[in-house]
Amino acid sequence: MDFGPYLMLATLEGAVLAAVLALMASGLSLVFGVMRVVNVAHGELYMLGAVFAWWVTSFVGGGPAVAFVAALIIAPLIVGALAVLADITILKRLEYDPERTIVATIGLLYIMQQVTLMTYGADARPVVPPFNTRLAIPWLEWADGGLQVFWPWGLSITSYKLFVIVAAVVVLLGIRLMMTRSRIGLLMRASQLDSETAQAFGIPVERIYALVFGIGAALAALAGVLIVPIQQAHYLMGGDALLLSFIVVIIGGLGSLGGTIVAALLIGLSDGIISVFFSPTLAKIIATILVALVLVFRPQGLFGGRAR
Amino acid sequence: MSKTSESKPPISRRSALKTLGVGAGAAALPMWARYANAQTSEPIRIGFQKHATGIGASYGRWYDRTSQAAVKMINAGGGINGRMVELVTEDDGTDPKRGAEVVEKFATQHKCDVAFGTLFSHVVIGSAPRAGELKLPYFVVSEGHHVASGMLNRYTLQPGITDVKSQVQAMAPFVASNLGKKVTMIFPDFAFGHDHRDYFSAAIEAQGGEVVQMIAIPPAETSFTKYFPKIPRETEVIYHVMVGPAVLTFVKELGEFFGPSRPEIFGFIDSLEAVDLASPGLEYLEGTYFWEGNPRYAQADQSEYDKNFRAAVGVDENGASVNDSKDISTYAHMFGCWETLNIIKAGMESSGYAGPQDRSKLIEAVEAITDIPHSNAHPQGAKLFNGKTHQVFGQQYITKVTNGKLILAHTAGIEDTLYPDEVDYTKQSF
Repeated sequence: MDFGPYLMLATLEGAVLAAVLALMASGLSLVFGVMRVVNVAHGELYMLGAVFAWWVTSFVGGGPAVAFVAALIIAPLIVGALAVLADITILKRLEYDPERTIVATIGLLYIMQQVTLMTYGADARPVVPPFNTRLAIPWLEWADGGLQVFWPWGLSITSYKLFVIVAAVVVLLGIRLMMTRSRIGLLMRASQLDSETAQAFGIPVERIYALVFGIGAALAALAGVLIVPIQQAHYLMGGDALLLSFIVVIIGGLGSLGGTIVAALLIGLSDGIISVFFSPTLAKIIATILVALVLVFRPQGLFGGRAR
Repeated sequence: MSKTSESKPPISRRSALKTLGVGAGAAALPMWARYANAQTSEPIRIGFQKHATGIGASYGRWYDRTSQAAVKMINAGGGINGRMVELVTEDDGTDPKRGAEVVEKFATQHKCDVAFGTLFSHVVIGSAPRAGELKLPYFVVSEGHHVASGMLNRYTLQPGITDVKSQVQAMAPFVASNLGKKVTMIFPDFAFGHDHRDYFSAAIEAQGGEVVQMIAIPPAETSFTKYFPKIPRETEVIYHVMVGPAVLTFVKELGEFFGPSRPEIFGFIDSLEAVDLASPGLEYLEGTYFWEGNPRYAQADQSEYDKNFRAAVGVDENGASVNDSKDISTYAHMFGCWETLNIIKAGMESSGYAGPQDRSKLIEAVEAITDIPHSNAHPQGAKLFNGKTHQVFGQQYITKVTNGKLILAHTAGIEDTLYPDEVDYTKQSF
């Protein structure tokens, strides 16, 4: 394949990864930003989103499109509710202590993973995409002294992959609006800034925390639902996703939504492009070195605020 | 233990005397009587290293069902040397470190006679040295070349399933003469994939073909489109051996990449074991070819033995569980468990195996096996066991996806799968 079309293909693939990663990492970042809780079980919430999407689509009739829309609504709600429950029953009782919540979420990780294995099983199961047209992409080339349009072999994307990118952008804009323009966003930011003062002013901090934990989980689950027609739901899928999310969140700055999105783009695109033109291992090495450099020279992340 | 006895009332003198008396009586029995008693009543314990969790869990589920069915059949036929067989199952998490621990547990804690049943090559390679140290016969069902390559030890045997090297070698003549000579290989970037890379490229060159491109994909990869532009346009055949949960994605994206015009595609069923061919995205595989160790769909010329095997394990003619048509078996591999257990039985019977002291006799007896006829004990087909390399050889099947089913297109004979010995384990001491 020529260099131009090849780069285009790598970029498109990278963009799909970036979109999913941005959704997932922003959930992780939100939870840390507001609650100062490092949620190690975040990858499993993503996996649960995918698994519930499979459940919902296999029990809802009316064609793949209806079933998928149902999954898109129901799966994040269930996972969000589970997370709220975990917050009330576990994290709250640990008083959101940073070290103890890490241990608790590691426990949650194993519980969710093993319960999924015991009920859903070890197989990877697919979900039919609501629509999936192969879109060949044209390319321009100088030939015979003029620009000519041609269709390079293999240069294509599917309509569903484009939808994933668009959906992620819309959801992230929604989150941003919620945080900056809505009353609940204001309460969240107040709790983030100083939870004790917020409580003194009558803000129900504990309920805000439960809500934030639920929203963070729902974002991971949403990413899981969106990815499952491309990949499949599998009980171990959360591991790699968690690792990538942590990389993104550390580079972007824990707690900074904008930084998270920029970092997701950076990691997603570089993974797509470097692994195509060099080797996938090199892409991982570079991402890891970047994390190390960020931790040494800018521990708050590229866009993170100063630690208080 | 000691705590519970403290709370009980003190033992009366009479009951203590009674117990002592029974013990003395037992001690007074001649040696042979106790020995004969043990031989007739104690079951033979076979440690089953099961991939119950981890990436091998789908295989583990079916290896378990097949092994349980084989044990049931052996016991219904009177067991081994008049003793019943008992499977002692332990989960190894498809993890090499855990695998070695499980082998140790079999030998020291469960007092197993032999260990059996491992599939994933990294678990085999991680566990076999420990089995050798513990002098525990270790029967693997892994299809890796590591047994016949001489990498392992005298206690490790693979008598129930053929190895990758012979499988791959037997595929090359069919690929070169029916599908094309310019091959692009797509394989996972670890030992299993490298076996395919090395042995297939050599075998296809021997057939006058060539591998025009090799695309190694990291094992944890979840999206594949970005690798496909590396496939040269002159490619006539794509050879794929992907494994793991991302395989469906791989096939789907391959379809999306090529669109309406694709080269011939030949794959190893390892990619789609336990996966329903009717899954969305797999319609793209229509007209492509697969290697199968044993054909998943009951074929037109199905043998009586295959019919009995399916019935015993509980698999229908489409290779799915008789209880759940969505629960697809790992049919191309799991026969290996059935056949291995029957080899253990044959070896124990011909060596007069009576207990762990006869373990080396058991290994020598298995090493002496050569021809294995097609039978209920060996439903996949006739086989040839090589006692020097501890590896079995047998026929291989190529099926074509036709109307969503795998229909037999070619059977490679045992002679196509043979290669020169690389080791002589019989020269190693016990």
